[in-house]
Amino acid sequence: MTPKRTQRLLLITGLVVGVGIAATLASLAFRENMLFFFAPAQVLAGDAPVGRNFRLGGLVEAGSIQRAGDGLTVDFIVSDGAATVPVRYKGLLPDLFREGQGVVALGRLETDGRFMAEEVLAKHDENYMPPEVAEALKTAQDNKQPLAGRPM
Amino acid sequence: MFNLLHRLSSPPSFFAFAGRALPWLLGGALLLIAAGCYQGLVVAPADYQQGDSYRIMFVHVPSAWMSLFIYMVMAAAGAIALVWRIKLAEVIASASAPIGASFTFLTLVTGALWGKPMWGAWWVWDARLTSELILLFLYLGYMGLESAIPDKRSAARATAILALVGSVNIPIIHFSVEWWNTLHQGATVTKLGAPSIHPSMLLPLLLMAVGFKLFYFANLLVRARCQMLEREQRSHWVSTLIKEAA
Repeated sequence: MTPKRTQRLLLITGLVVGVGIAATLASLAFRENMLFFFAPAQVLAGDAPVGRNFRLGGLVEAGSIQRAGDGLTVDFIVSDGAATVPVRYKGLLPDLFREGQGVVALGRLETDGRFMAEEVLAKHDENYMPPEVAEALKTAQDNKQPLAGRPM
Repeated sequence: MFNLLHRLSSPPSFFAFAGRALPWLLGGALLLIAAGCYQGLVVAPADYQQGDSYRIMFVHVPSAWMSLFIYMVMAAAGAIALVWRIKLAEVIASASAPIGASFTFLTLVTGALWGKPMWGAWWVWDARLTSELILLFLYLGYMGLESAIPDKRSAARATAILALVGSVNIPIIHFSVEWWNTLHQGATVTKLGAPSIHPSMLLPLLLMAVGFKLFYFANLLVRARCQMLEREQRSHWVSTLIKEAA
């Protein structure tokens, strides 16, 4: 390494480190805005914006889906394990929407605490397996912890 | 070792070496991609939640990996070009950009096609999707900047700095699903611990990933050889080559 090359190497290392620090600081500063959705616990704690649209994310609570007579309006409860928010949505739901599924709903919080959704997106997890394996896993888990803490 | 690399990086020996390696890389890529398509579309079972729609993963995920990998190659080649002024590094960085841009575009398109039936939206502005879109703009900006500077050697220096600055986006894309709430799910394979995908589905994914990688290297060598000839058109070895061919 000639001194000139060392100098250039130091210079570009400094450049990358500097830009990295700047990007870290910027993303920390914009932390709130980078969140795609708020969890029910955050909503109940008052972190979510009031009076304007935001996204609510969580799992559809088992047994909470109720379809109204018109066939389009759906009521369900979104939970993050710590808190729950009731949601009403009128429209077509994605294929993956079902009990226990992760969803992200865009809408606003009404004064009665109900979340009126304009759009409901399904979130899927990073696990991929054939249906038989999923079934076998479920059976194994059910046998391991009989009834305790399991929603019926 | 260093000596061998040094000799290989001289334009004439790179040109000859790349020409010899090309059919192997291309053949391997086609073989692996064909095997991956067969395994992924015919042999692998349907997913327990997503049914058959998940199969687009076998194109989407390897493309996404390639979009990040090629950018890292570009940034590393750019750094080498800046410090050591090696012509081959400049050529490799420049030849990688259009391939990387294509893979990024493919990632975004297949992601949209996958997102509509599963999530219910073609596009959302979550951290993963947005940072991948920025990557596409980085590639396009790189190519634009390069073509705006007529002198190849100064263009290589300017674009190398852009590639290095843009490389901070790479960890952001990778970790976006962990750092922020995103609609995009977390990592399946590239994480600590066992991949959370059934082996029958992992096999086609890996076949495609290696196939895509070989395809990139083959494509890179074709482009790099062509650029090398253009840049060295006045040199002795190119005129000998032309005389031999004539």
